[in-house]
Amino acid sequence: MSLEEAKQAVVDDFAMFDEWLDKYEYIIGLGKNLEPFPEDKKTEDRLINGCQSRVWLDCRARDGKLWFTADSDAIITKGIISLLIGVYSGRPAKEIAGDDFAFVNVIGLSENLSPTRANGLSSMIATIKKIAGDYAG
Amino acid sequence: MTAEELRKQFPILSREVYGKPLIYLDNAATTQRSESVIRALSDSALLHNGNTHRAVYALAGEATRAYECARVDVRDFIDAASVDEIVFTSGTTASINLVAYSFGDKFIGSGDEIIVAESEHHSDIIPWQLLAQRKGAKIVVMPVEESGALDLEKLESLFNRRTKLVCVAHVSNVLGLINPIKEIASMAHSHGVPVLVDGAQAVAHLKVSVRDLDCDFYAFSGHKMYAATGTGVLYAKKEWLEQMPPFIGGGEMIDTVSWEGTTYAPIPFKFEAGTPNINSVPTFVPAIGLIRSLDGSEAAFGLDKIKNFVYNALSSDERIVLRGTTQNLDEKVPLFSFSVKGVHHEDLALLLDKQGVAVRSGHMCAQPLMTRYGVSGMVRASFAPYNTQEEAQAFILALDKSINMLK
Ligand SMILES: Cc1ncc(COP(=O)(O)O)c(C=O)c1O
Repeated sequence: MSLEEAKQAVVDDFAMFDEWLDKYEYIIGLGKNLEPFPEDKKTEDRLINGCQSRVWLDCRARDGKLWFTADSDAIITKGIISLLIGVYSGRPAKEIAGDDFAFVNVIGLSENLSPTRANGLSSMIATIKKIAGDYAG
Repeated sequence: MTAEELRKQFPILSREVYGKPLIYLDNAATTQRSESVIRALSDSALLHNGNTHRAVYALAGEATRAYECARVDVRDFIDAASVDEIVFTSGTTASINLVAYSFGDKFIGSGDEIIVAESEHHSDIIPWQLLAQRKGAKIVVMPVEESGALDLEKLESLFNRRTKLVCVAHVSNVLGLINPIKEIASMAHSHGVPVLVDGAQAVAHLKVSVRDLDCDFYAFSGHKMYAATGTGVLYAKKEWLEQMPPFIGGGEMIDTVSWEGTTYAPIPFKFEAGTPNINSVPTFVPAIGLIRSLDGSEAAFGLDKIKNFVYNALSSDERIVLRGTTQNLDEKVPLFSFSVKGVHHEDLALLLDKQGVAVRSGHMCAQPLMTRYGVSGMVRASFAPYNTQEEAQAFILALDKSINMLK
């Protein structure tokens, strides 16, 4: 699936639900299905700054592509980071660094989070972009 | 008056969020405003706007009268001995800071001790920490028991020659328990120590008599008792106010000013420098009127039933850890803070919001108390007389649904 297709798939999934409560149920499901994150990787340097709940993000590079894993102590936050890495993981650093992440606005995610969580979402995006930018050089 | 009748006086309560009826359960953060309060605020701006205490013309006279009428009503409301003991401020925070600066400046020195309850709001912690830093004084913590009750035996043992002040909330904004202020004041006075009471969470729910409590200072905010934002009160016994130096200098707080020296206006004006909140302070009058009209009403009775219902529902649910527990619900206001095992408080609040239920989540400006209970935050639902039994039931159902979604 191309990046554009992956983003469109999320937009389509979200469009299936009218109610935000149901969209949250979907996000929570993503959080619950995220692959386990090793406890010893929950270190300060993997914490994303600016989130109220704690979010850890780890990245490995292989063949110029980036693979993300993540965890959070809040399940909705975990679902949100899962949604992001589901779209971006396994893609070239350059492609991630150059993307506008605008699909999160299309699905209306930030407006439907609390202001603190919306800041957290911005921080997650900024962190993913920064990591990708550093790898892309 | 029933809760349904009372609700009609609060325009905002008929609005919807996400297409669902709003269930407002964050009354401890700020109550909603009645039409009478909104009208007083707009009348003040539309019809009577002039600066207080300064000019001779009609508008200034009307504004001054409205402002001073509020002072008389507030005096009656908390049963102070005199209107001179009522200082208007911008809120509880400003009231406590006033004492920390003014009383602290004069009466607290290096090595002195200030006793502060473990369950205080940051507004009743940080001003004392700042004072302690300025003066080289020390904060001594009065602990709470597991239930949230203050440990009075422990308190007794904290007094010594250097103790200069005890600071405690009438009702904690996390626990909702009514603290035994009268006993604390009498204990403190037996050691010659004055007591400051943070009444922010008490005034909307309890009949307060500062003379009966015999506290030295009592601070509260208008916006938590239906009045406009940016209004607050510091009650202080006359003998303290008269000894305390001014905190903020400026217009209106003086008698005569010259380069050789300035003499100050009598109390309470000595503590009200600058143009006060002339449009908002008059809203204390309808707000107090509203609280009085609820005395013995069906709405007040209904709120007691809600308190029982929610307390029982939360304390009997094994997934939930309720804080601020008591055998006797007369010792608690309808304010409930809790954690759900394995669930983040913000997730819970977010799902409740999407069902129309507004609750507070987070550390609630009481981080030392959160640390005491080993959590980073909790969820809090706080009720007002305009909340209905149906809303309380809808809250418990929405909570159950949210927990099931998150678990
Ligand atoms: C117990 C307590 N003290 C102090 C405050 C601070 O009140 P304000 O922000 O109106 O100054 C609050 C309100 O959040 C409170 O609940």
